[in-house]
Amino acid sequence: MPREGILVNNPLERLSGEQVRQIHDASIEILNDPGLLCFNKKAAEIFQSHGAEVTSVSDSDTPCWHVRIPERLVTDALDSAPKTVTLGARNPDNALIMKGDEPRVFFITGSETNTWLDVDFPTYVNKSDPRKEIKVPEFQPRRSTVADLCDSAHVCEHLETVDGYIRTVNIQDKDINEDNKDVNKFFACLNNTTKHVMSGLTSLNQLDNVVKMAELVAGGPDKLKENPLISFITCLVKSPLQFVDDTTETFMEVCKRGLPIVVSSSPQAGTSAPIKEAGIMAQINAEVLAGLTLGQLVNRGTPVLYGSVPVRARMDTLGDSYGSIETSQYNIDCVQMARFYKIPNYSTSGVCDTKMPGQQSSIERLFSDIVVTLSGPQFLHCAFGLLDGNSVFCLLQAVLDDAHFQMIKFFLKSPRINEQELDTVKKQIKEVVATPQKMFINYIRPVMRSGEISPPYPFEGDGDSDSVFALANERLQELRARPVEHIDPDTTARIFREIPGLLPRLNVYKGER
Amino acid sequence: MSGDIIESIKENVIQGRVTRDDEGIDEGMVGQPGVTELIKEALASGVGVSDIINRGLTASMTVVGQKFENEEYYIPDMLASAEAVGAAMELLEPYMAQSGIKPKGKILIATVKGDLHDIGKNIVSILLRGTGYLVKDLGNDVETKDIVEAVREEKPDFLGLSALLTSTMVNMEATIKALAENGLRNKVKIIIGGAPVSEEYAESIGADGYGADGFHAISVIEALNSGDSVAS
Repeated sequence: MPREGILVNNPLERLSGEQVRQIHDASIEILNDPGLLCFNKKAAEIFQSHGAEVTSVSDSDTPCWHVRIPERLVTDALDSAPKTVTLGARNPDNALIMKGDEPRVFFITGSETNTWLDVDFPTYVNKSDPRKEIKVPEFQPRRSTVADLCDSAHVCEHLETVDGYIRTVNIQDKDINEDNKDVNKFFACLNNTTKHVMSGLTSLNQLDNVVKMAELVAGGPDKLKENPLISFITCLVKSPLQFVDDTTETFMEVCKRGLPIVVSSSPQAGTSAPIKEAGIMAQINAEVLAGLTLGQLVNRGTPVLYGSVPVRARMDTLGDSYGSIETSQYNIDCVQMARFYKIPNYSTSGVCDTKMPGQQSSIERLFSDIVVTLSGPQFLHCAFGLLDGNSVFCLLQAVLDDAHFQMIKFFLKSPRINEQELDTVKKQIKEVVATPQKMFINYIRPVMRSGEISPPYPFEGDGDSDSVFALANERLQELRARPVEHIDPDTTARIFREIPGLLPRLNVYKGER
Repeated sequence: MSGDIIESIKENVIQGRVTRDDEGIDEGMVGQPGVTELIKEALASGVGVSDIINRGLTASMTVVGQKFENEEYYIPDMLASAEAVGAAMELLEPYMAQSGIKPKGKILIATVKGDLHDIGKNIVSILLRGTGYLVKDLGNDVETKDIVEAVREEKPDFLGLSALLTSTMVNMEATIKALAENGLRNKVKIIIGGAPVSEEYAESIGADGYGADGFHAISVIEALNSGDSVAS
């Protein structure tokens, strides 16, 4: 049985049907005029061979083509793109089945950060009264390593609400280079979680090694097709409206292999997209449709996710403001657009602007986590543990996020109101009003044990002081101590024999065989 | 026979089943005798009251307390068990005097004049009954003069006063003053409870104790009953 996710009844929608249609029409118009700049020759040729108007841009420093995509190609692509996408998993019970017209949400980690935050709890003594001591969490940033990636995947394997895993940190060890990063990144993830693994690709020349590794884990090429336990994400269209050479190349190669891929676009309202909601929506939708169309032209039927990472610019720095309210609005709009096309949506929430776990972090992420979840995206890249936009990762924050999503999942349970329930409670009410004390406490007990009552916040302290971080840290250590089901020894040996570039220290059976 | 029925009483207190209609915690118990039916059966079979209380009721509440400590039981479970013990004590009361067994004490409890909130007071009543006290509940919105009259007539060991509103908590002080004016203040220990009141407030109006919640109220009464200080 695949993972259930959480089905959102009556998903939150911001756009009227007419507004959705207006955005679609504007996007179609944008794809034709002004069209896109394409820095990848093969992609330009593919568009041209299918009837798009393609002209060489003569005044560009690098080879570049101007591509006008006709509506017909987009419509064909939307027809052929699968409406259901399955993301497999090493443990088939962790597979994710995403239907474009069903608002069933799966919570997934990511993105890739360069900084890892360690947490410690040093003791501080009150200067005026040395008998008074408190422990205060301190966060120390450092460059992330492959060991951190293993640690993160291991903990996320045990976080109940994490449905799938996007690598959370960039591996920056001294012995990691461009040619071995992808295989080590994928192996670290696959070996430490049995959930679905998604990642971007650093070097296209490593794609075949990564796919072969996945085939070995899945049990062969056919098994990988049945159970695609890895998938990819590419930002092939740089905003505004430019097919980037290398990621477009990677995207097309992944499409040829038929593995699931996210067509992601991340415009920033105010700089790389218009500041107005209508503008960023028309543009991001055009960018995703352009990528999706290319994918279907390369390999008709290739499974794609409508990937949306829109963000508003900060007015003080013009950097990304993931914590802004508009960012959530754009994401919810994108969920609606994807649902309009019946293509499963990759959406974003939970990314905050602050660098450290704390009140701002909790407020920003919980706000977007709630509202974007309510809109019903299928693949919610919900930034477990991410801070400072996309640049810092903290496992303690990921544990706190898990508690947020438990609350959100509980909230989204269907109402338990039907004739039978009403008959039962009418009887209870009659019985209780006839008693002297008039209390319903006796009826709590069976309900309490049935899971129908939401649990208390798991990091609630004694009420006299805030011990959330300390209790979450205890939980983190407990999760770290739990074993994880690694890839079996024989497969591991084969992977290390057949896939070049893997770091020997990642072999957990090293020395045993 | 005596051992079996006492074991059944004990088990049903732990399950929090007052009558055969109650569900308890384990499945399939509805229809089987609850504490009320079992106590009647035990008395009819000649099982000693002290045996029922000591080996059945008290022993079972010890188990319930342990389960609560271990977070296996929650407050609704404790209340259900206390309610079962309270129902048992009501049935046993007529037999206690002839068996030479005295209740722990007699308590009058009321929500003061002007206040209709009685959830806290009711919970304290259930817990007190379950702990072995005789409880007379005067209800809510009780006139001060009626409380004074009840103290005069019932001669309780304790008086529990409850209020939820800042506008009605002042009637606690009025009640204590009225008891003093009627020469009854020194004949009864008074504890107060409710959201707006505090240890400091209890002290300021001349109460003997303050219960922050139901369980705290029991421990304060137990301490007063044994003559210990209730200072927290």
